[in-house]
Amino acid sequence: MTDLIASAPARATASGAASGAKLRAAGFAAAGLLVFLLVWEVVPRLGLFNPLMLPGPSGIPAAFWSELKSGAWGSAVGSSLGHYTIGLALGALLGVVFGVATGMSRLAEEATAWIVRVLRPIPGLAWVPFAIIWFGVNRTAAVFIIAIGVFWIVFFAAHGAVRSVERDLIEVADAFGFRRWHERLLKILLPAALPGILVGLRTALGQAWMAVVAAEIFGVPGLGQRMMQASSLLATELVVVYMLTMAALYGLLDSAFVALQNWLLRWKA
Amino acid sequence: MESVIDIRSLSLAFERDGHRTLVLDSLDLSIERGAFIAIVGASGVGKSTLLRVLIGLAKASAGEITLSTHSGKRQPLALVFQDARLLPWRRVVDNVSFGLEGGGLSRAERRSKSLDALRIVGLVDLADRWPHQLSGGQRQRVALARALAVEPEVMLMDEPFSALDAITREGLQDELVRIWRLTGKTILFVTHDIEEAIYLADRVVVLAGAPGRLAADHRIDTPRPRTRSAEGNADVVASVRRHLGAEKLIDGAAI
Repeated sequence: MTDLIASAPARATASGAASGAKLRAAGFAAAGLLVFLLVWEVVPRLGLFNPLMLPGPSGIPAAFWSELKSGAWGSAVGSSLGHYTIGLALGALLGVVFGVATGMSRLAEEATAWIVRVLRPIPGLAWVPFAIIWFGVNRTAAVFIIAIGVFWIVFFAAHGAVRSVERDLIEVADAFGFRRWHERLLKILLPAALPGILVGLRTALGQAWMAVVAAEIFGVPGLGQRMMQASSLLATELVVVYMLTMAALYGLLDSAFVALQNWLLRWKA
Repeated sequence: MESVIDIRSLSLAFERDGHRTLVLDSLDLSIERGAFIAIVGASGVGKSTLLRVLIGLAKASAGEITLSTHSGKRQPLALVFQDARLLPWRRVVDNVSFGLEGGGLSRAERRSKSLDALRIVGLVDLADRWPHQLSGGQRQRVALARALAVEPEVMLMDEPFSALDAITREGLQDELVRIWRLTGKTILFVTHDIEEAIYLADRVVVLAGAPGRLAADHRIDTPRPRTRSAEGNADVVASVRRHLGAEKLIDGAAI
């Protein structure tokens, strides 16, 4: 009885302290952001910096609103997300297929060892010249650049994940008579490798986003291209609008992916 | 009595770095249908290897194994490993139905068979849990249910309780005897624990030496339910100890 009486307020204080700490952290975060915005606003106003070179935050909502009304923002976002999704899906699919195949088969791994060693260090952007020669400056070229970057990340993640699946689990499949390669793949290897593959996919998600912007700066329609147009007209507020748009879209995609990942891996301790 | 497995001059050698190590040497063993047979021996004597050969995880170098199981069974044998080896991404009931997949049963049929197996091991209430939510003993029960679910004629058990604490282990031993009497399955139970072997089995087979050979074969006639004291089987205990002890001397001499 005394225990109950004694522990109840103690628990209340503990949880009160925890929520107090959270509140304080949120307060400091908001204050930090406010100071940042304030400095950003004040510096060009004081004439320390040409407002054309560094537009203050107060002008940005208006720039965003007019860009939104004209429909340019929507079509740029739509276009970027379009080749982002296709490139990501293509690169991820090929990465998983080849990664799993080389993870499962020694022969496949040995046969591709030198091809991988030569092609892998080439940065994704170094493919831009060929992308333009083969496809022209268009969506296909962008998809190609994005897919290549994603491919390598997912390929290595899938390869490593399949390689490190415990032999003990594969034996379970063997002991219950599932010995054909596709039975092993579907019943053991893929589910066991899923956590590792998802880590690779999440990295690829960010990498692909950078490739989107890079491809568009070369002229493929989308956020990057619109940003470059704005910059050449010295519409710097608009440049900032697109920079923030990229950050927001990436943040959104990443949180959505993490939610999906947590659901897929809900069996983990 | 009719035998369900007949092992004739079974030998098995491992090849490693050009060295050939003989693990089992011309082993003869008949497993009668419905028997509960314990195989005891020191670690490394080839007890587990014998089970792995029977289930097809290892290949014999020489000898013959004859299965007289009923025809048309997809899975005449099932193995329970030392560790449960549940698939962590499957819920308990889906772990149990693992061996039923590919057997032409519908999803609903598989589930109902799996729930039956879980009922036998007393875990039907945990059917929808994830393996990580179970205790070690519960996990081993699920592994037992997974083997039972395929309705094998012979259950091969590889030191299935050795990783559990004493109380859980004793509980599961009693459970296993109950299940054995309930289902009438043949059980081949590998252990290094003499008391466990005598408590559980009708027949205790001793493997000893390097390579492992059949050293002794004792019948345990103690009526069931049994007590845990091995008195009344003191001769068996002595014989097994002698074989295990002799093996230690050989090991010592070899080193």
